[in-house]
Amino acid sequence: MNDRLEIRNVSKRFTRKSGIVERGAEYIGLKAPNPVVRALDDVSLTVAQGEVVGIVGESGCGKSTLGRVVAGLLKASEGAVLFRGKRLEDMSARDAEAARLQVQMIFQDPSSSLNPRQRVHEIIGAAPLHHGLTTARELDDYVSRQMERSGLDPSMARRFPHQFSGGQRQRIGIARALAVQPDMLICDESVAALDVSIQAQILNLFLDLREQLDLTYIFISHDLSVVEHISDRVVVMYLGRVVEEAPVAELFSHPNHPYTRALLLERPSLDPVQRSFSAIEGEIPSPLSPPSGCHFHPRCPLAMERCRVERPELRSVGTRHKSACHLND
Amino acid sequence: MTALLEIKGLKTEVVSADGNVTLIADINLNLAAGEVMGLVGESGSGKSITGLSIMGLVDKPAQVTGGQILFKGQDLRKLSEREIRSIRGNRIAMIFQDPMSTLNPVLRIDTQMMEVVHAHEAISKQAAWERARDALGMVGIPSPEERLRAYPHQFSGGMRQRVAIAIALLMSPELIIADEPTTALDVTIQAQILSIVQKLARDRGTALIWITHDLSVVAGLAEKLSVMYAGRIAEQGLTADLLRRPMHPYTNGLIASLPAHNKRGSRLKQISGTTPSVANMPRGCAFHPRCASATQLCLSPPPLEPVEGRLLRCFHPVTEGALS
Ligand SMILES: Nc1ncnc2c1ncn2[C@@H]1O[C@H](COP(=O)(O)OP(=O)(O)OP(=O)(O)O)[C@@H](O)[C@H]1O
Ligand SMILES: Nc1ncnc2c1ncn2[C@@H]1O[C@H](COP(=O)(O)OP(=O)(O)O)[C@@H](O)[C@H]1O
Ligand code: SF4
Ligand code: SF4
Ligand SMILES: [Mg+2]
Ligand SMILES: [Mg+2]
Repeated sequence: MNDRLEIRNVSKRFTRKSGIVERGAEYIGLKAPNPVVRALDDVSLTVAQGEVVGIVGESGCGKSTLGRVVAGLLKASEGAVLFRGKRLEDMSARDAEAARLQVQMIFQDPSSSLNPRQRVHEIIGAAPLHHGLTTARELDDYVSRQMERSGLDPSMARRFPHQFSGGQRQRIGIARALAVQPDMLICDESVAALDVSIQAQILNLFLDLREQLDLTYIFISHDLSVVEHISDRVVVMYLGRVVEEAPVAELFSHPNHPYTRALLLERPSLDPVQRSFSAIEGEIPSPLSPPSGCHFHPRCPLAMERCRVERPELRSVGTRHKSACHLND
Repeated sequence: MTALLEIKGLKTEVVSADGNVTLIADINLNLAAGEVMGLVGESGSGKSITGLSIMGLVDKPAQVTGGQILFKGQDLRKLSEREIRSIRGNRIAMIFQDPMSTLNPVLRIDTQMMEVVHAHEAISKQAAWERARDALGMVGIPSPEERLRAYPHQFSGGMRQRVAIAIALLMSPELIIADEPTTALDVTIQAQILSIVQKLARDRGTALIWITHDLSVVAGLAEKLSVMYAGRIAEQGLTADLLRRPMHPYTNGLIASLPAHNKRGSRLKQISGTTPSVANMPRGCAFHPRCASATQLCLSPPPLEPVEGRLLRCFHPVTEGALS
């Protein structure tokens, strides 16, 4: 059987487009071409139907870019994204549109992803109406059902987003995504902006929906305890590359990659004991000029000569456990 | 022994002709030299207002309307603006979530740091420069001599926050109030900053009030903890006591809802409902619409009282505990 999603050797490069004057200057050598950011650097990943895959890593490591490529909001520079074994480019226009609708994204900031001038009814109802998932006559009922399922009171359908709390606005975003009947959700830092007590409510909603609708999730977060709670499998990224992936229990009990180990050590914990904070040395390097070889080598306590020149491959180090580190040779 | 900081019945309100709206009230706390207190609560619970009130920095139309802020026995509320300015940034310093609220984008780091020193102390340029260099070194900025010549935009977010902390350290303050200084940073950078401030408190006896919405950040840092809800202290005591055996239903609910305290993949224990807004405070105990233990009694306001070595504002303390 095909995986729900397969990402095959995907790279994504960003460059700022040069204006005509700049291009002239580049041509005659007065100006260097605009720098290239490798937001994703040869990333491969599969997600099975019904699976929850968590993606963790420091800011700028490419988590959001990966999510946006999968959701079809960005085009990969190289490589392929396969939905149930097929690329969108190889599908008929109709199938491609249906496949795209099946993957919906939920963002971090509920306020900026909702149109402030639209009423909730329209925010949630516009897309399903457009795609013929409901009719104008049945729209009110349809929207009410989406709102109820996301824990919102349908009597508030005529209100504007600013009349809701942060947690409620995130529920509106979830209701809007669910309204087009996706089977896969990409949650990009979807609880990061919420208060702890509201975070728990929204995480519970994700868990409930998974059960009711057999959803597949890509769950992006910098918060390791949230990812540990909700994921079946976890992928760790560093500067555009996957450095480790493993089933959740395995990753948290037997982390292999030095970066993963450092991340786990630095996770603030609720142990009510005075602990000493130790820290990975150094800054997060710029993705504009990533270090050579293993990107992590300037911060890695175990780095060897080889790490500076040779990129480590992502290789199997156990059952469904992969890691990209020369120490495994 | 007198406490370094003692706050009694602090109240801050929005003052207007149509009546006042309370932002925080009945805030009590005690801090000795070298002690670290965590101040946690949800968005809008009044954490920042508490910090700003202590510093005398609340913006109009809000204003401190009651209580005492005793710093080494002296009530800061009774000081003139000039006197308070000589204390602020000198003996009490504040660090904000956004380092750019401390840093001036168009001035070099050395200029800014030396300005702060000279505002409080008449020493030579060379001595001020050396102090700036030492402060940068203390927060772990490599090659501080060179970095002093840089502008803020040449630093990453984590480095900028370290520069802001270095500025707070320049005058060797006795108290630092830090308002979510690591919230916008990555875990790795957050850990670096926590290790710096922890060392400071231990080595130099600097007292700290660390404001955050994230319990796990202060769990390992602060020996004392104040939990705020709706502008009031709900529970206050030793961090270890509160985390092990929370007695206020809100503290209890917060701790119980953390993923770390729930079985992986299971539904989290959750506090239902939402945080009330200042304009729309429930009467009595502000937590009662969300509280499973609420009774008729809770429709009148519970006092903040000493219970089992802590301060607690609740008529029906939790007995069984969140973690059971
Ligand atoms: N100058 C002011 N005038 C009027 N109301 C204010 C003023 N400053 C803050 N408030 C209100 O006081 C309440 C407490 O605000 P405060 O900034 O202390 O919250 P907080 O606990 O720091 O929240 P957060 O976690 O979001 O930073 C909020 O309802 C806020 O809107
Ligand atoms: N539209 C864009 N144009 C240029 N650079 C971008 C764009 N989107 C992301 N980037 C860059 O790509 C890298 C990865 O970004 P992102 O995927 O947002 O990281 P994360 O979500 O892990 O924090 C960063 O260096 C970021 O600045
Ligand atoms: S490859 Fe080398 S530098 Fe990279 S993580 Fe492994 S030991 Fe460290
Ligand atoms: S006073 Fe009553 S409503 Fe308030 S926290 Fe205690 S039990 Fe709950
Ligand atoms: Mg992101
Ligand atoms: Mg605040």
